[in-house]
Amino acid sequence: MTEPAIELKGISKSFGQVQANRNISIRVMPGTIHGIIGENGAGKSTLMSILYGFYKADSGDVFIRGTRTEIPDSQAAIAAGIGMVFQHFKLVQNFTVLENIVLGAEEGPLLRSSLARARKLLKQLSDEYELHVDPDARIEDLGVGMQQRVEILKALYRRADILILDEPTGVLTPAEADHLFRILQGLKREGKTVILITHKLREIMEVTDTVSVMRRGEMEATVNTAETSPEELAELMVGRKVLLRVDKAPATPGDVVLEVENLSVRDDAGVERLRGVSLRVRRGEILGLAGVAGNGQSELLEVLGGMREGRGRVTMNGTALDLTGARSDARTRRQRGIAHVPEDRQREGLIMEFHAWENAGFGYHDDPRFNRGLLMDNEALREDARAKIARFDIRPTDPWLTAKSFSGGNQQKLVIARELEREPDLLLIGQPTRGVDIGAIEFIHEQIVALRDRGKAILLVSVELDEIMALSDRIAVMFDGRIMGERTPGETNEGELGLLMAGITETDRDHSVAEIEANLARRAGKTA
Amino acid sequence: MSFVDIVQILDSTIRLATPLLLACLAGLFSERAGVFDIGLEGKMLVAAFFSAAVAAVTGQVWVGLLAGVGAAMVFALIHGLASITFRGDQLISGVAINFLAAGMTVLIAQDWFAQGSRTPALSGDARFSSIDLPFAEALSGVPYLGPIYAEALSGHTILVYIALLAVPATWYILFRTRFGLRLRAVGENPGAVDTAGVSVTRLRYAAVMICGLLTGLAGAYLATGLAAGFTKDMTAGRGFIALAALIFAKWRPWHALGACLLFGFLQAVSNRYSTLDFGIVQIPNAFVLALPYILTVVILAGFVGKAIPPRAGGQPYVKER
Repeated sequence: MTEPAIELKGISKSFGQVQANRNISIRVMPGTIHGIIGENGAGKSTLMSILYGFYKADSGDVFIRGTRTEIPDSQAAIAAGIGMVFQHFKLVQNFTVLENIVLGAEEGPLLRSSLARARKLLKQLSDEYELHVDPDARIEDLGVGMQQRVEILKALYRRADILILDEPTGVLTPAEADHLFRILQGLKREGKTVILITHKLREIMEVTDTVSVMRRGEMEATVNTAETSPEELAELMVGRKVLLRVDKAPATPGDVVLEVENLSVRDDAGVERLRGVSLRVRRGEILGLAGVAGNGQSELLEVLGGMREGRGRVTMNGTALDLTGARSDARTRRQRGIAHVPEDRQREGLIMEFHAWENAGFGYHDDPRFNRGLLMDNEALREDARAKIARFDIRPTDPWLTAKSFSGGNQQKLVIARELEREPDLLLIGQPTRGVDIGAIEFIHEQIVALRDRGKAILLVSVELDEIMALSDRIAVMFDGRIMGERTPGETNEGELGLLMAGITETDRDHSVAEIEANLARRAGKTA
Repeated sequence: MSFVDIVQILDSTIRLATPLLLACLAGLFSERAGVFDIGLEGKMLVAAFFSAAVAAVTGQVWVGLLAGVGAAMVFALIHGLASITFRGDQLISGVAINFLAAGMTVLIAQDWFAQGSRTPALSGDARFSSIDLPFAEALSGVPYLGPIYAEALSGHTILVYIALLAVPATWYILFRTRFGLRLRAVGENPGAVDTAGVSVTRLRYAAVMICGLLTGLAGAYLATGLAAGFTKDMTAGRGFIALAALIFAKWRPWHALGACLLFGFLQAVSNRYSTLDFGIVQIPNAFVLALPYILTVVILAGFVGKAIPPRAGGQPYVKER
């Protein structure tokens, strides 16, 4: 029997009171793709950070190819043949690809020879593994998919034969993700070991050979992927049965609530982010906006939410909204019955240093209920916050805790509670479940559907295609600031949506793959 | 304005630009590594004092230089401890260093020499003497270029030439060596350096100490080359002008040379003429003196191409997953 590439025995690690990893043991065989799945905060990333020398385990041993190995820092991990592709790339934006690859692995004190050698090796590697990148391109000019390839090349350049990828597909289009998986299969064929950390069940089922499930810092199980099912994995992750699909009745759309006509927006740098977007949302329906991050969805939400000015025509219940000037602010939008759950809750939805009760009232501070003459009625705010905490099952239940001391899911529930309790005519909701654990996802989805069933209009933006498919009554796909097309969930599939998300329409079908790729490359260069 | 005037202005431009250039390159190393340093002024000041004081006592300018550089490096180490090891606020640490330097130099000067917060005037071996470049005498007869070479370029102290040579040296180190690559990387994305298995702390300390060395040279030049002894607050804001030059130069060595020469030139002009008379308009020299600052504000406002500082500048590095 072959030696495992990696074996962890009894790894424990705590941060103060929080036990991030408890007595974790795991074996990963060489030449396999091993998935590690678990909710946010289950301890996956901590475990991998220990393996990469970022944290030191409180107890337990690491064996690499059968030898007990100490990994006090990243240098040691690299020496042991471990490479890591982080979720947030560790690249120097204004360096070239070549410089990034060489950084830290130079041959001698002078750069010239190192760069020349790297260029040769890079050529070999990219041919071998379908990892083509221009060595002289600057990172900031590359799209995310390309940047990820640079990260993989960085690891391979350092002769890694164990590659760890942390949530690698979060920023990729379905097509880019497929390409990544092909690369991983290629690595596996060459005998390399791949560890894939993800919270997406579909990816696990698609590419891994074995999968380990983590929950609350503990290793729940390790199974052969072929012998398990998404339902079983989800249950292991959460610790109870979960509904992977959202239960909802067919929509009964009513009058048009929001009508957007020919909306255009330029960003601060003068780049056109929205190019004539038109859409309608009716009472009692959820319009899902799919698309890869950065194709204008954020700007659309910001304009509608009153955080950014735009050109075009937007009507709400038949009357036009001001898109520029003093009356285009978020407060006026709220008065018109628009509630907004922003995409980035930590920057735009909450003030992280403030108490939960303060956060629970933001944007509605002028409500007479919270005021007593010139003064705020803080007690009324706190009372209101307590009620929201109870109704939305926010934990811990103490309104005096700061927003940052809640988990991602509970922070999100706090924002959603604030916006939903106003019974808005229109809810704008961006990335409702980003960084939220499965249990809370279920709850948030139920709330959104319940709001729809109460006859409200909902505009949902999400980069998670699964979420769009599960919640929407209609799906619009955005690409490069335009709506590429509209589909009905029952009559489309991920493949079709994926093509639209990549900017490929019916008419493109006749073009060759090379032409389409050239188009995409041109676009990636432009937006970067 | 005669040709002789121009040569003399060029001569003093080089002299006045030297401390700026050394301080500017000092700041360049530090800030390229992600450690902002508004304490250039303070480090120059301690170096000026200790170099003058020790030169006065020993009569040896080289011993003075060593003392000045040493003092500046001790201050650099304090800044490093505060901003790298203890992850403090780099601006506050820099401000503290400036205050400490301003107060301490005056206090010690008064205590040691009792001459009204100055050191005794330096002369002979206690000062840097000027050196003549080769063939200065022979070439001085060549029209135009001769005098410029013999009068303006030649006849400065060794520190002036060190400062000028430091420009290509800095460029080479930054863009052609492994150390330079890592240094630039750590100012842009320390996470990338850390995950590549290189110590962020060590790199940043190295940069901060180089900064100390160069500010030490700048301060020593002020007190033992440009002037003959230390006087209270003799840096007179040069550390801040150097920072302005650094922004003006967009953190690039050759541009730093240009910026410092420009600022030195403006200083030289305003030293020489009380008003500039262009016939139609008369410009008071206060305005000429203010020009570097006005230019800096214009640049910062983004009118003349945007100056983008190193991306990780000013932020202590905290490991994250």
